[in-house]
Amino acid sequence: MSDIVGKKSGLVWATHLSVLALVIIWLIPTVGLFVSSFRDRDQISETGWWRSFLPVEQGLRGRASVDDVIVQGDTFVLTGSLFDDEEVLASVGEERPPITAFGNAGRNPGQFVAGEVADLGDGESLLVNPDGTYEYRLAEDPGNRGPRIYFFASTPPVFSFANYRTVLTADNMDRAFINTLTVTIPTTIIPILMAAFAAYALAWMDFRGRGFMIACIVGLLVVPLQLALVPALQMHNAVGIGQSFLGIWLAHTAFGLPLAVYLLRNYMIGLPRDIIESAKVDGATDFEVFLKIVLPLSFPALASFAIFQFLWTWNDLLVAKVFLPSAEEAKVMTVKIADDLLGSRGGDWGILATAAFVSIGVPLLVFFSLQRYLVRGLLAGSVK
Amino acid sequence: MAELRLSKVRKTYGSTEVIKGVDLDVNKGEFVVFVGPSGCGKSTLLRMIAGLENITEGELWIGDELCNDIHPGDRGIAMVFQSYALYPHMTVSDNIAFNLKISGYSKEEREQKVQNAARILQIEHLLKRKPSQLSGGQRQRVAIGRAIVREPQVFLFDEPLSNLDAALRVEMRMELSALHRTLGATMIYVTHDQVEAMTLADKIVVLDAGIVQQVGEPIDLYQRPANLFVAGFIGSPKMNFFPVTVVARSAGHVDVEGVTIERVSVPTDPSGIEIGDQMTLGIRPQDLDYSPQGPVKGTIEMTERLGSETILNCKTEDGTSLLAVLGRDEKFEHGAQARFEFEPAQAILFNHEGTARYPDQALPD
Repeated sequence: MSDIVGKKSGLVWATHLSVLALVIIWLIPTVGLFVSSFRDRDQISETGWWRSFLPVEQGLRGRASVDDVIVQGDTFVLTGSLFDDEEVLASVGEERPPITAFGNAGRNPGQFVAGEVADLGDGESLLVNPDGTYEYRLAEDPGNRGPRIYFFASTPPVFSFANYRTVLTADNMDRAFINTLTVTIPTTIIPILMAAFAAYALAWMDFRGRGFMIACIVGLLVVPLQLALVPALQMHNAVGIGQSFLGIWLAHTAFGLPLAVYLLRNYMIGLPRDIIESAKVDGATDFEVFLKIVLPLSFPALASFAIFQFLWTWNDLLVAKVFLPSAEEAKVMTVKIADDLLGSRGGDWGILATAAFVSIGVPLLVFFSLQRYLVRGLLAGSVK
Repeated sequence: MAELRLSKVRKTYGSTEVIKGVDLDVNKGEFVVFVGPSGCGKSTLLRMIAGLENITEGELWIGDELCNDIHPGDRGIAMVFQSYALYPHMTVSDNIAFNLKISGYSKEEREQKVQNAARILQIEHLLKRKPSQLSGGQRQRVAIGRAIVREPQVFLFDEPLSNLDAALRVEMRMELSALHRTLGATMIYVTHDQVEAMTLADKIVVLDAGIVQQVGEPIDLYQRPANLFVAGFIGSPKMNFFPVTVVARSAGHVDVEGVTIERVSVPTDPSGIEIGDQMTLGIRPQDLDYSPQGPVKGTIEMTERLGSETILNCKTEDGTSLLAVLGRDEKFEHGAQARFEFEPAQAILFNHEGTARYPDQALPD
């Protein structure tokens, strides 16, 4: 039907191109996140993920050793290997990456090329070879603390599951995952069940005040969630629910219901009137019409709302912070990531990327398993 | 005994009255057709019988039961919708069995009834399909099948053939007629198509503006329409109407003449008709014949030669159009003056209220 015989509109290409552009725009950050999640923290802070397959120039620093100082006339000569220095050892371990540049001042750590003697003035000079050996000539006695040497070592790209290990085995992360599911699954199902009944009544049953109720629901759509946080929590405390999973189920259900009712009602009112009337003439009660006719035909709307609600509750931090107890065993993943991982390791991009990637995995799974219900043509053949 | 009875039935939406007091008896086994122009209330009346619209005032009896406030499913009716209204997510057999399932029939009974209905409608090979895999005619059959399995007291059809193409419509019309004979069921059928009405009906109910204009057998409605509306609505092409003035009256005859029609003497009961009264003379296009001495004058504007007949489209002196259908093929010049004659007994006189006057005055009123 879409293409009239033999004529393909130029718009088709425009559509394809813009879809492609959207896909790329959407994929770039995801791929970046994915690549970063396997990288080492230091490498992430040196180069972007798009250069992750190239060696990384890593900035390091150490001190010249004063263990064996040779005095040659006025000059004190310090020799040794940078890779023997404790500070360097702590960052690169047993590896001996080739050194590319060096310097003696922190403000310009890569001033000189490795392997060439650098004249530092005042009769002082420094030579650092790519293998890490150095010769530092000083005009004064260094005392018992050697001078600083800054250098760049070219480290090969490193990919590992270390970040995943950290994130997944962080204290109680498995517990947090279960907690998140404990929050999201009921808070997806409960509003759908309630909203479907309400939506059918608002769409197909005649009663006084129906229009007013619909208007109220539309009004509730624009009430900011933050407005209700404190009163709702106070109410929970007053009735004895307090901060608990039951509390967050109720909160998410309440916050999700207006949109759910509105979406489903608008979908249901679009179903052909004749089908519903036909079912009534066939002897079906309103409940049977709802159960056997309207509900099966509303699957696309149910699925799209389920996706919305699941994603929102999965990613939610605010409501979880407010309505769940702050105890460790009640933390959901978002809280866990925000509090534990970011709080203590704010600069650890590898952990952040990994945590982000882990937490989009399940929503992606949900989306792809539900999207097959988002089909057109469900009503085909019913009415002319 | 009446299978279905409407008594002073009214329907109002707010201040708008759409059904203005309908009285009707439908006998057992009768095929009744509601016909009328769009917006005349025929579908509303059917939906009131089905229970899909409330009855504002009046009584609806089906069998011995007052059905005003009974759920549509409990009225003993089955309805076939214009749009078929099949359940798109169910197979054909589930569609047909939907009511049986709700009514709690066992699986064996359901299957047997579905098979039975499918055999009558010749859709046995379609039972496992979904509605989307069926053609328009097949969908219509399924919709009818869904009604048949219920064995209702009254079948209701709401313009069931209007979504089909012309050839299929003729075929389904004959099948519906056959089905009516086979089942011997009471059927009420809404249409705006007068051919459907004339061919299917035992009894036609002509509705206009929420009022029953006339009830009767198809041929009675054609030959003895009760008023101007029915005369104009039934019959194709439409009846010609001439404004006339009474010039003389005698026993059994009234002489009239008008701008486009010379003096003619029409047989009718002259009681209550005075000389000088304004009346309307109705003549069917088929009753007019070309004749150089005829009393009806016009200018030929268009001719349609169909082989077996010739339709002459004329303009009269007062600007109204005039149609004549000649039962033969004949060539006419455009713009030529033409005269037509007719058998005065075939013409119908209507008084100023639009009510038809017949010689015997045996009017259904």
